Amino acid sequence: MEKNTLHKLPSYSLYIFIWLALLMCTGLTVAVAGINLRNLAIVVALFIATVKTILVVLYFMHLKYEDHSFKIMFSFALCTLAVILTLTFSDIIFR
Amino acid sequence: MNEAQTLHLDHALPARGAKIGMWLFLFTELLLFGGMFLLYAVYRFQFAEDFHNAATDLNIFMGTINTIILLTSSLTMALSIVAFEKGNKNVTLIFLGVTILCGLLFMVNKYFEWTAKFHHGIYPGSELLEARAHGENLFYGLYFVMTGLHGLHVIVGMIVLLVLFTFIMKNPYEKVFLRSHSLAHIFGSRLSIIGDNAKKLWESDVINENFKEIRIQLFYKNNLKDKMHERDLIKLENGGLYWHLVDIIWIFLFPLFYLIT
Repeated sequence: MEKNTLHKLPSYSLYIFIWLALLMCTGLTVAVAGINLRNLAIVVALFIATVKTILVVLYFMHLKYEDHSFKIMFSFALCTLAVILTLTFSDIIFR
Repeated sequence: MNEAQTLHLDHALPARGAKIGMWLFLFTELLLFGGMFLLYAVYRFQFAEDFHNAATDLNIFMGTINTIILLTSSLTMALSIVAFEKGNKNVTLIFLGVTILCGLLFMVNKYFEWTAKFHHGIYPGSELLEARAHGENLFYGLYFVMTGLHGLHVIVGMIVLLVLFTFIMKNPYEKVFLRSHSLAHIFGSRLSIIGDNAKKLWESDVINENFKEIRIQLFYKNNLKDKMHERDLIKLENGGLYWHLVDIIWIFLFPLFYLIT
């Protein structure tokens, strides 16, 4: 019988640590929104959101512990999305 | 006639394939929401001022609370998987239950938020919005569609987790299938259960061409209530993947709608 692909998984405490980091990021993004950064604000907000996403994907979604095929699949999907977003958006800006 | 034979059994759900399938599904979700974020980016670029003004009507406090609730639910979801792997059924169910409750709490907040908006005359196609600047109207159009679709995902996620909850809670049982390709060469034979001393405990009818499938199910006795079945782990993991995706979408929705004042 095929054994479940059970890798060494993180413990309770690591997840709680990641959760605290996510909460801190949330606090940071709310605090930064109070400061008037003009055009930089969106960059900072998206940067923090990206950091949070990386934490969720790598740890909560176990991507860090999966084998390479999952990581390749994920990068491929991400690249596809990035190409669609950049090409369309730049078309709008420079039209 | 009484020759014993090893049969090829169909096992349900190989874990790796199931997980790959789930990730592929999540990619389609990524593209679905990606398209909406693209629309948001374009309109925000064209109506930057209006988007700023419109966002001032959103309640940052409510948005922050909902972010914390969803992040916490993601934590308990992940913890429930760890508890499963440690073989602790009660802890698994408690964490899973808290995750579902967090989802419910999120939706209750969303309900109050939306009804407050409706109360102030802000809803798709309302006269108040039509009268405001075009960009503000677009902002609220996107707001209702995107948070609405996200809310729908939260509801679906809660249902999925609730189903998983009952799966795990139930007394575990084993099930094996014999399907046509392995049945063909045992036509005319019987299935039997052999106990101690080669004593025949039970014997089936003769298996003939009319049999499409044979299902053998083994129920554990009641004193194994704290036992879980390994096959439920991949279901829990896949349910978790979906739940985390919903969390990630909110991670982007929150700053883009609530924090651009």
